[in-house]
Amino acid sequence: MIDWCEKCEEMMQPFLDGALSPDEVQAAERHLEGCSWCAKRYRFEERLRHYVRVATAEPMSPGLKARLAALRTPL
Amino acid sequence: MSESAPSTADTRRLAEEARTRVRFEEEALELSDQVYRVARRFVGSKEEAEDLVQQTYERAFRSWRQFTPGTNLRAWLLRILTNLNIDRGRRQQRSPQTTSLDTEAGDYFLYNALESQGPDENPDEDRVLERLSQDSIVDALADVPHDFRDVIVLVDIGEFSYADAAQILDIPIGTVMSRLHRGRRILKKNLADEVVNS
Repeated sequence: MIDWCEKCEEMMQPFLDGALSPDEVQAAERHLEGCSWCAKRYRFEERLRHYVRVATAEPMSPGLKARLAALRTPL
Repeated sequence: MSESAPSTADTRRLAEEARTRVRFEEEALELSDQVYRVARRFVGSKEEAEDLVQQTYERAFRSWRQFTPGTNLRAWLLRILTNLNIDRGRRQQRSPQTTSLDTEAGDYFLYNALESQGPDENPDEDRVLERLSQDSIVDALADVPHDFRDVIVLVDIGEFSYADAAQILDIPIGTVMSRLHRGRRILKKNLADEVVNS
């Protein structure tokens, strides 16, 4: 079981990136169904990726937006 | 031979070109929020990011004819931005050395570290994630060496494909994948260190 958890840890990034072969996906899913320890860590990674995207988003200032709009070719 | 025919054709061509240019500029401006989001994490400050985005649009609007309609405009703009960023001397900036220790910890490392820090016996993953503040994410990402950070920013924040990221950074797709893999581990190691040290 431990070996499988290690393998599952190795497969996590490509699994979530959709970069595994169908056979590998099936193997990972079979393990995750029976292993709540790994499943929890996969769900955490998914949420972490989303959180990284949200936490690092900083809106552009209206000033910059106006400066960019002013670069347009005059009609 | 009448001169009006070519001049009408010229006028029509110029009018068509003007329309294409206006359309290009509008489409490029619609992408500016997404371009800024990436720029902001490429560089250290808001001011630098704003300068970089402004220069990107100045250059893009000057060289709009080089853009092939129907291809990925967002990736094209980011390619300009990346080149400008390199021109600004980013290559000379010292990038902290990473050791294999940063990445050999594996992908469960952060979760295990957070879980062991908390008071609960068997918390669910949302409780564990709440132990990370927004600031800690921003700081941990900024501390990832830029070669790795650039790939994380493009793929995980900018939501570019591996292929687009490879094109933007002018590196092979296999390098994108390996840097992404390592970069995410470094990010998680940084986060774990911050939480443990706080």
